Amino acid sequence: METDGNSLTFIALFLPFVAAALAPALTRRMGHKAAWVLAIVPAFLFIHFASLVGTVASGEAVTGSRNWVPSLGVEFSWFLDGLSLTFALLITGIGTFIVLYSGGYLKGHAHLGRFFSFILMFMGAMQGLVISDSFLMFFVFWELTSITSFLLIGFDHSREASRRSAMQALIVTGMGGLALLAGLLVIWNATGATSLSALLETDNALRESALYGLAFVLILGGAFTKSAQFPFHFWLPNAMEAPTPVSAYLHSATMVKAGVYLLMRLNPVMGDTALWETVLPLFGGVTLLVGGFLAVRQSDLKLMLAYTTVASLGLLVMLTGFGSEHAIEAAVLYLIAHSLFKGALFMVAGIIDHEAGSRDVTRLGGLRKAMPITFGAALVAAISMGGLPPLFGFLAKEEIYYALGFASVWSALFTLVAILGNALMFAIGFAVALKPFLGPEVKTPNHAHEGPPLLWLGPVVLAGASLLAALVSPLTHRLFSIPMASAVAGEPLDIYISLIPSIGMPLLLSLVTVALGYAIYRTLGDVRARVGAALIAIGWGPDRGFDQVLRGIVRGAHRLTGLIQNGRMETYMTLTFAVIALAFLVPLVGAGEMPAFPQLPVLTLYEIVVLALAVIGLGAVLYADDRLTAIVSLGIQGFAVALIFLLFGAPDLGFTQFMVETLSVVILALVMTRLKLAKSDHRPTREKALDVTVASLCGLGLMLALFKVTSLTFDPALSVFFTEYSRVIAHGRNIVNVILVDYRGVDTMGEIAVVMAAGLAILALVRVRLGRRVEHAEPQVASESRETVA
Amino acid sequence: MKTLILRTIAPYLSALMMIFSVFVLLRGHNDPGGGFIGGLLAASAFAIYGIASGVASARRAMRFHPMAIAGSGLAMSVLAGLASILFGVPFMTGLWAPPIPGIEFELSSVLFFDIGVYLVVLGAITSVALALEERDDE
Repeated sequence: METDGNSLTFIALFLPFVAAALAPALTRRMGHKAAWVLAIVPAFLFIHFASLVGTVASGEAVTGSRNWVPSLGVEFSWFLDGLSLTFALLITGIGTFIVLYSGGYLKGHAHLGRFFSFILMFMGAMQGLVISDSFLMFFVFWELTSITSFLLIGFDHSREASRRSAMQALIVTGMGGLALLAGLLVIWNATGATSLSALLETDNALRESALYGLAFVLILGGAFTKSAQFPFHFWLPNAMEAPTPVSAYLHSATMVKAGVYLLMRLNPVMGDTALWETVLPLFGGVTLLVGGFLAVRQSDLKLMLAYTTVASLGLLVMLTGFGSEHAIEAAVLYLIAHSLFKGALFMVAGIIDHEAGSRDVTRLGGLRKAMPITFGAALVAAISMGGLPPLFGFLAKEEIYYALGFASVWSALFTLVAILGNALMFAIGFAVALKPFLGPEVKTPNHAHEGPPLLWLGPVVLAGASLLAALVSPLTHRLFSIPMASAVAGEPLDIYISLIPSIGMPLLLSLVTVALGYAIYRTLGDVRARVGAALIAIGWGPDRGFDQVLRGIVRGAHRLTGLIQNGRMETYMTLTFAVIALAFLVPLVGAGEMPAFPQLPVLTLYEIVVLALAVIGLGAVLYADDRLTAIVSLGIQGFAVALIFLLFGAPDLGFTQFMVETLSVVILALVMTRLKLAKSDHRPTREKALDVTVASLCGLGLMLALFKVTSLTFDPALSVFFTEYSRVIAHGRNIVNVILVDYRGVDTMGEIAVVMAAGLAILALVRVRLGRRVEHAEPQVASESRETVA
Repeated sequence: MKTLILRTIAPYLSALMMIFSVFVLLRGHNDPGGGFIGGLLAASAFAIYGIASGVASARRAMRFHPMAIAGSGLAMSVLAGLASILFGVPFMTGLWAPPIPGIEFELSSVLFFDIGVYLVVLGAITSVALALEERDDE
């Protein structure tokens, strides 16, 4: 572990964000050619990560950290093992070509600079996600990918469909993010680990913890929403509203694999339980089939690919949860293969759309002459997707069938699911790669011709990588697949699979898959119509469900607000005071800590007089005929209390009480005159009785609490401290004031901010009423404060 | 207000209360008083002046909008707290000027903080009170 590499990784974490900040200015100067400059950043990151491959392949992890919030023990730390490194290489490698492709695809777009900025930000977030070590960092980057994905899907924000899809993706993945946060907290609680690397060393702690079930559900909530597992898959096809580079990058090659990454990362500490090995394959299998069938239904190139991405993610989750070593190896191989071929195919779909002007597979054909390079790349990628030799996809599929087999009913079931899913993807892959290019030439909206290198470079390189990786498979395995699979399994694994097919069950199953896939491909139009009819018969799907849930939430919130915020002052006051009464009484009664009635002290004459004053004030409030008298009487009671404060040695308190009472009487009186209420209270007895009850309970509660407090022995520690130090270290003899402005100055600062905010709010409310009244123009003159301004 | 007595005496009363409020503010650190109570006193002074001589004259007498006074008070308190940064000590640490011989009064950042409190209370309450005193036909 070299320190040099560490600090470079630290820089690498921020570099994409720096590039994102510079992108708009650069694009303004250079136009779409800025892509060539901006692509240097991911290319550089790719080279940096590639330089670590040797270290990681030898079984070591590259780690490093910086202090972040030392007082809270939060570190900014990263952790690169086989799993994260392979992901980082995919993200930066594909990212390089995506940046170039974006330059070609959105050439001349008014907001190209903004687009570059968003996509680089996303790259930084995604890269951070896979190499973070501390939970907090991981979560922050996780959410950042959701947010940048929102920005990218909604890039074309003038269209309503874009906005809806962006919101939907954000809500679904954002909810999942919250579940993930809760899950990480639960894991932290169960194991004490605050970072992934520490967690991986805890061995069985999480599995044996009582919190395992809870952690499992929450983590799955995060992973399944992000990786579009059924029934949360609907946001991913909708995300195709984004420009094609985004679909190729976020919604096939990288971001949607974050959930799979999370599951793979946690497999060593959470896997190998009955729960894990049941739930994951089931959800994954269902997602695989749902995605496959829905893909067949589509005729839009991007949507066909999007649903096969859903299917592929299902396959990955299924394999990750299946539990055998071969299944993990298969998942790893398929993940790499999928990122390469799906990224390439998406870019091909984008090129076709860009050059021919349509993405509808039924309206395209015969483009092979006009776009030979694109056709070549598409064909190679589709062969990989179909799992045919000599591409990397073939290795992945062979390994899948090795892993599943027919050992038990359970695995046989998933073998069948995998065959059907793979056959569907085979058909779609070739439909995307062949149908637009073969057959008679069809008249397309644009006169089709080959795109510029910026466009075809990406698919060609990715398709080439699929081929190369398979040709030198022993090297690929040694450098990438084996370290990654070992990290996922938590123990060293070995992968031997190569292009030379061994005669046996897997090969046979591959042949069945291909035959079935070919059959579906030939009858695609027919199958499409049938699946379409079936879906119309079902009618209702999670996408509509999402809308209904949202509407339900809005309606529920509206109703709830109407209930608790009905705009009637009386309701608010009654509720507030009822809660105060309960807050006093419930703990006292509930804990059985009712105070004994204290012995009454012997009062001196002047004390009795003051108390009598307070009682007279209160009595006057109750019996006053009009409101103004009641308010003033309340002031009498307040003054009596102030006198008590003075008598018992709290001059500050007494002083303040005098002022507060005076001002509240003045302000209350002013409010009364403004509100133009009836002079006296004419409510029915029933309503008054409720108020009396609440008020009495409040008084009773406060009294009991005071009895309780005064019956305890007084702890003079604070008084002694302040008396002793107030003068010495705070230069003041008035302890109350010293506490207010010095010891607890920050509190006071908060309080005066509240005073000011409350003042502003009251002012606004008074003005609102004033405005309304002026409109109605009812000149009413309150006699006692008639103005005399000339 | 129509009573001649109050209208005649109010300016003197208010002025007296204002002086007293400053006195209370400044003595606060050693004797009963302080920014909060001083602010309340000053607010009552303006309230009385407003009731007796009219809101417009009260506003003229204040020169600034009471909310602006409250805002500057809040800013002053925050700045008094931030001053400690210049001396490399934690936020809100009290800073004390060296005592001047013969004068009992000590200058400090805490005092400015307290003046800020005074201004916030004065401004916020006065603005509410004056707004309520204002009649519709003004």
